[in-house]
Amino acid sequence: MTERRIRVLIGKPGLDGHDRGAKTVASVLRDHGMEVVYTGLHQTPAMIAEAAAQEDVDVVGLSLLSGAHMALFPRVRDELTARGKGDVLLVGGGIIPHDDMDSLEGDGFAKLFGPGTPTTDIATWIQEEMEKRFEREGEEA
Amino acid sequence: MSGAAETTTDPRALWEEALNSAKLRDVDFTTLSGEELKALYTSEDASFDEERDLGMPGQFPFTRGVHPTMYRGRLWTMRQFAGFGSAAQTNERFKFLLAHGQTGLSVAFDFPTLMGRDSDDELSLGEVGQVGVAISSLADMETLFDGIPLGEVSTSMTINGPAPILLAFYIAAAENQGVAPEAIRGTVQNDILKEYQAQHAWLVAPEPALRMITDMMSYCAERAPQWNTISISGYHIREAGSTAAQELAFTLANGMEYVRRGVAAGMDVDSFAPRLSFFFDSHLDFFEEICKFRAARRIWARKLRDEFGAKDPKSWMVRFHTQTAGVSLTAQQPENNIVRTAYEALAAVLGGTQSLHTNSMDETLSLPTEKAVKIALRTQQILAEETEVANVIDPLAGSYFVEAQTNRLEAEAEAYFQEIEERGGVVPCIESGFIQSEIHRSAVKYQRAVERGDKRVVGVNCYTEEGDGPPEIDLHRIDPAVEREQHRRLGELRSTRDEKGAGEALEAIRAACRDGSNLQARFVAAAHAYCTLGEIAQVLREEFDQYKEPKIL
Repeated sequence: MTERRIRVLIGKPGLDGHDRGAKTVASVLRDHGMEVVYTGLHQTPAMIAEAAAQEDVDVVGLSLLSGAHMALFPRVRDELTARGKGDVLLVGGGIIPHDDMDSLEGDGFAKLFGPGTPTTDIATWIQEEMEKRFEREGEEA
Repeated sequence: MSGAAETTTDPRALWEEALNSAKLRDVDFTTLSGEELKALYTSEDASFDEERDLGMPGQFPFTRGVHPTMYRGRLWTMRQFAGFGSAAQTNERFKFLLAHGQTGLSVAFDFPTLMGRDSDDELSLGEVGQVGVAISSLADMETLFDGIPLGEVSTSMTINGPAPILLAFYIAAAENQGVAPEAIRGTVQNDILKEYQAQHAWLVAPEPALRMITDMMSYCAERAPQWNTISISGYHIREAGSTAAQELAFTLANGMEYVRRGVAAGMDVDSFAPRLSFFFDSHLDFFEEICKFRAARRIWARKLRDEFGAKDPKSWMVRFHTQTAGVSLTAQQPENNIVRTAYEALAAVLGGTQSLHTNSMDETLSLPTEKAVKIALRTQQILAEETEVANVIDPLAGSYFVEAQTNRLEAEAEAYFQEIEERGGVVPCIESGFIQSEIHRSAVKYQRAVERGDKRVVGVNCYTEEGDGPPEIDLHRIDPAVEREQHRRLGELRSTRDEKGAGEALEAIRAACRDGSNLQARFVAAAHAYCTLGEIAQVLREEFDQYKEPKIL
């Protein structure tokens, strides 16, 4: 187990108002010992990236159910990179067709979670990924 | 026989003994909302006075239905919510649905429209035409209803923050077809309170939003008397994660707030209350849902008559639309969603709904395809034509279980009404995040129950299939060209309209914001001047306070 707490930003880009999933995941990640910041609704990609930089998070999770993911998710990634946060563990979820999941996973997103994914699986996945990262950081240091 | 002296012959005691000594399935015997259920309900559990608590169909307190004839007189309206892409594409879908026997229209708008943004607004990027149709001006509204006579169809529009503006586009489109506002029939959702609580498409802060609503109620009472001015909606509250009791309580609390506002604005309650309608979710817990619908009718009737002093029986009635539960659908084995939807539709009908939307099986993956929509509509037609359930009014009344649950839901709603009042009313409960927190807590509790396996979902936590990969079904995708085409149309509109007239119409709105005169008539004038949604909404954003989401986690 790592000493350092995992810091997560859950973001809602675009005009989509569906926040049940984002808020539920945020609560569950907190229950798993992570520090979680939730952006609230109606954020631009730049606002999300700015918050991620300011809060110095390890993980950014995006939620979108409006179909605008292919337009907005890559923009968030670009805005993160522009702020030197291109190395965060970037994940997402929502109503996202499988083809789009594949293409986002090949384009800077570590993982996309579809409807029906147990929230504990999301938490466990993030913990495992972050432990690998922390170990790598430890070796480099 | 030895020990005969201790052996009871009381049937109830015998049954209890049998139940308690039997091995029962190791599951939670609770409703979908987590309420403990007894194994059996008897007359001891269901206290009701037939005359006082049930009444006759079409009579106070309307527990058994709002019409004396119910579905013997007329079946419920089959109203499939539709909208995607451009106005022209949705116009085609509307004509398809009408041709297949649908009897009313229901418009889904995209997020920019829902938020009062034009398709070419910077914030609209990627969202244009995605979850509904993009409507930025009267020109789009005219295209949407091209070839559909607005004096003949009834139209429901799911729009809230900018509802007064979209209604203005609709009125103007009707007038341009030669149909007077007096002749239009339909509904705008226009339920802003639940937007802050659950659906989250608002335009300005609660107080100015409520003023626009009372302006609309007053305008319609005079000019468009067949128009339902608010569809007070529990659907989004439920979909956001509430329990059945919370859906019932928050929806009716919101409804009572609109009534208070109308009365406070000087209107006679009977001049507007008959035009209020309701919109509920029909979820998977069959009996709990039926009881929720029955309880809603009884509570509203009692409140309107006894607390608000309404005299017109139409003011006492909960007329409602129902949609089956989108959240109950699964991405895994999506064809199973047809079955879920059918049960939910049956509950809505046994609960006495006036109109119904059945979800399509593929909606957890994308917007529905035409085939999936047709199956959803056919589900209602099978229910109406083949199952014979429409022959008898409120067939479950008098069931000990049904009456006990109806009573239980009414009592839970009353407890919430009291708590909301103690916390200062609905608007303070929104501003403090109380209602949002209650909904969120229920959502998390349910999610945990599913993950523990206490609540079972076929294909998700039981009866999963090996290698449940991506489902092999067609997807309906929105072409990004829709967004570009909307930009072109808006550019053309702005360059060809009478710019001076448009500017004056916007300034008239600004003046009305300040002097308190009725905004609705100004919106209709601005619609005719081809002012865009975003332009009108921008005036409102400049003149009125903005809403800031309270932090609840």
